[in-house]
Amino acid sequence: MDAILLQILNGLDKGSAYALIALGLTLIFGTLGVVNFAHGALFMIGAFCAVTLQRILTISYETVDDSRTDFLGNPMTVETPYVQAWFGPETGATIIDWSVPLAILFAIPIMLLVGFVMERGLIKHFYKRPHADQILVTFGLAIVLQEIIKYFYGANPIPTPAPDVFSGSFDFGVLLGFDPGAIIYPYWRLVYFVFAMAVISGVFAFLQFTTFGMVVRAGMADRETVGLLGIDIDKRFTIMFGIAAGVAGLAGVMYTPINAPNYHMGMDFLVLSFVVVVVGGMGSLPGAVLAGFLLGILESFASMTAVIDLIPGINQIIIYLVAIIVLLTRPRGLMGRKGVMEE
Amino acid sequence: MTKSRLTRRGVLRTGAAMGGVLATPTLFTGAAWAQDSGFTNAPTGSTVTLGFNVPQTGPYADEGADELRAFELAVEHLNGEGDGGMLQTFSSDALEGGGILGKKVEYVTGDTQTKSDAARASARSMIEKDGAVMISGGSSSGVAVAVQGLCQEAGVIFMAGLTHSNDTTGKDKKANGFRHFFNAYMSAQAMAPVLEGLYGSDRKAYHLTADYTWGWTQQESIQAATEALGWETVNNVLTPLAATDFSSYIAPVLNSGADVLVLNHYGGNMVNSLTNAVQFGLKEATANGKDFQIVVPLYSELMARGAGENIAGIPGSQNWDWKIENQLGDRYKGTNAFVQSFGEKYGFPPSQAAHTCYAQTILYADAVQRAGSFNPCAVAEALEGYEFDGLGNGPTLYRASDHQCFKDVVVVRGKENPENEFDLVEIVEATPAEKVTYDPEHEMFAGGNLGECNPGA
Repeated sequence: MDAILLQILNGLDKGSAYALIALGLTLIFGTLGVVNFAHGALFMIGAFCAVTLQRILTISYETVDDSRTDFLGNPMTVETPYVQAWFGPETGATIIDWSVPLAILFAIPIMLLVGFVMERGLIKHFYKRPHADQILVTFGLAIVLQEIIKYFYGANPIPTPAPDVFSGSFDFGVLLGFDPGAIIYPYWRLVYFVFAMAVISGVFAFLQFTTFGMVVRAGMADRETVGLLGIDIDKRFTIMFGIAAGVAGLAGVMYTPINAPNYHMGMDFLVLSFVVVVVGGMGSLPGAVLAGFLLGILESFASMTAVIDLIPGINQIIIYLVAIIVLLTRPRGLMGRKGVMEE
Repeated sequence: MTKSRLTRRGVLRTGAAMGGVLATPTLFTGAAWAQDSGFTNAPTGSTVTLGFNVPQTGPYADEGADELRAFELAVEHLNGEGDGGMLQTFSSDALEGGGILGKKVEYVTGDTQTKSDAARASARSMIEKDGAVMISGGSSSGVAVAVQGLCQEAGVIFMAGLTHSNDTTGKDKKANGFRHFFNAYMSAQAMAPVLEGLYGSDRKAYHLTADYTWGWTQQESIQAATEALGWETVNNVLTPLAATDFSSYIAPVLNSGADVLVLNHYGGNMVNSLTNAVQFGLKEATANGKDFQIVVPLYSELMARGAGENIAGIPGSQNWDWKIENQLGDRYKGTNAFVQSFGEKYGFPPSQAAHTCYAQTILYADAVQRAGSFNPCAVAEALEGYEFDGLGNGPTLYRASDHQCFKDVVVVRGKENPENEFDLVEIVEATPAEKVTYDPEHEMFAGGNLGECNPGA
């Protein structure tokens, strides 16, 4: 029982990332009709916003310490971050320690800008082109973005730790009456789940309760009619692209303490998120979220030793297996509606 | 309610087609290997070309970049430029900085992408198009085994880079292939006594293992070595090489009855699984009344950098460490000379991947010089059974029966309070070569056959 609960918890944080990325993918798909294979790269760029802020906060001045030597035997150069020099050693260290949460503020404008430039500069020109062209151009863009990041940051993962207060883990099992040590869960993963729920609720509230959101939803359902009513739907859809990029970016920022980011992390999530969208039902926002969590949890279960012993290799194919079953039994996905995206 | 240009079916179809195209391996058509001069790519002019096949893209690109730096440095030193590096300390004095057999050394590079098919394609191109007479480099055993097989067919020498699977000089050994780097069996033999000293002989181990040739042999080796101490193996779980989040594999460890976690992972796998293990509190946990421990059999400085402070206190093994001569003395001479010339040129100390690639290039050049010929069979003969010193590892033997180097193994631990970004591991001890030497027919290496050396033409 405790093992099952543990895997459900595990699935929640992976599912949170899938849900956030798939939410953005499906937003873009539903509004602009583009399959954005560069969406994983946006997640990766978000993560590197956190890395960049960490680097900015640790920009240092050098002093030479004659009492120590470096690896070549020359006098050692000691680096002190400017932040520590300006705000005092302790406050400075705290600011650096909190660089990941602070990176949220840093990432929002950057991601909106990246999203805006991407849509206006490139993807806009592919609205009227076949899907194969759209997929190729966005996939190519993803590779370009990936290589740019690799050029500046290298190929190795870069450690980006959570603030000290969130760094440990807590005994979740004891709260539920299990034996101590039965269910250990890291604090930051809980933070990630709560954060993901907040972002998802925020996006849904925005679409549900604002006039802007209402128009966008109307546009998703019937773009032509909304256009005929004299509303510039394209402009709003561009803004939605920016928001989707922002959601992916924030998902990336907060993910960095879970796994040290590298340039390839976007691709790792992209294919799975695409499957999540298909399983959830194309163009369905609640479907994307539901399928994100569902597949995250199923993937966790499939990695349990007991399950692998029963069906070897299941951990590597579970997501695709579920996708096949869902497409065979519910061709529109779990929450896809009739008529949406169909001829 | 309709959008005529957008269908679910169409999107799925194009998505699937894209996947298919991306999965298609690069296909190369063969051409004749042989040339008219007795062996493949016999150098005729005033230069000789070496081929350096390293991961320039993909997950091990940083390691590949460091290998390439070392190759450039080695070529400089062979051509008599720079300060000469380890040529000054090398026990053989055949090389005098005038190239190899009087021919200036030039090189071409290829990108393995850490994929067997891409690595073979780039090696083939360097041999066929650029006339490379030797191929070296690489950072994965899967790639090393594939490229070694290709070099055997092509009739050129393969001086393996970083490859740690037992199979490279075990069941997949080849007459044209040589490995300076140590292997999984040696890691396990070197680590076992250290593990016993640190954690005792009554331990229960849980293994997570990368699901490919290196992972399997690493796991097999460390399991055998620790069970010989009296440790029990609770479980071994194979993890896909592409995995990035290991939490679902880590989470059950604490309730499994184990009190040691062995991570048979390398590169990004190792960074992520170790980070996850620390997040799930394994480092602070207790099990069976003992402090829970994590062991990483194969270490690398570049990975230690990726894992950050999580690495502190965790034991592992290395082929070489840049601090070894300073800490353990003159036996490891060559180390400081190499660190000096590498550090002056690039501004940071070399990794063990860089060291092994530098040493391999020097060893190849020296063998050619001593043999008086670039003919792969003559070179192989010069390397077989060759004993040398002064390349940073202490006295070393290139064993004739399997083309594996035997030398001391460095056991290390993650440093608790690193002084700078290069000072990540501390040396626990250097295990003498004789303690890690094994019979060529040992069961973990059996089943292979060197075969005949192939000169190509």
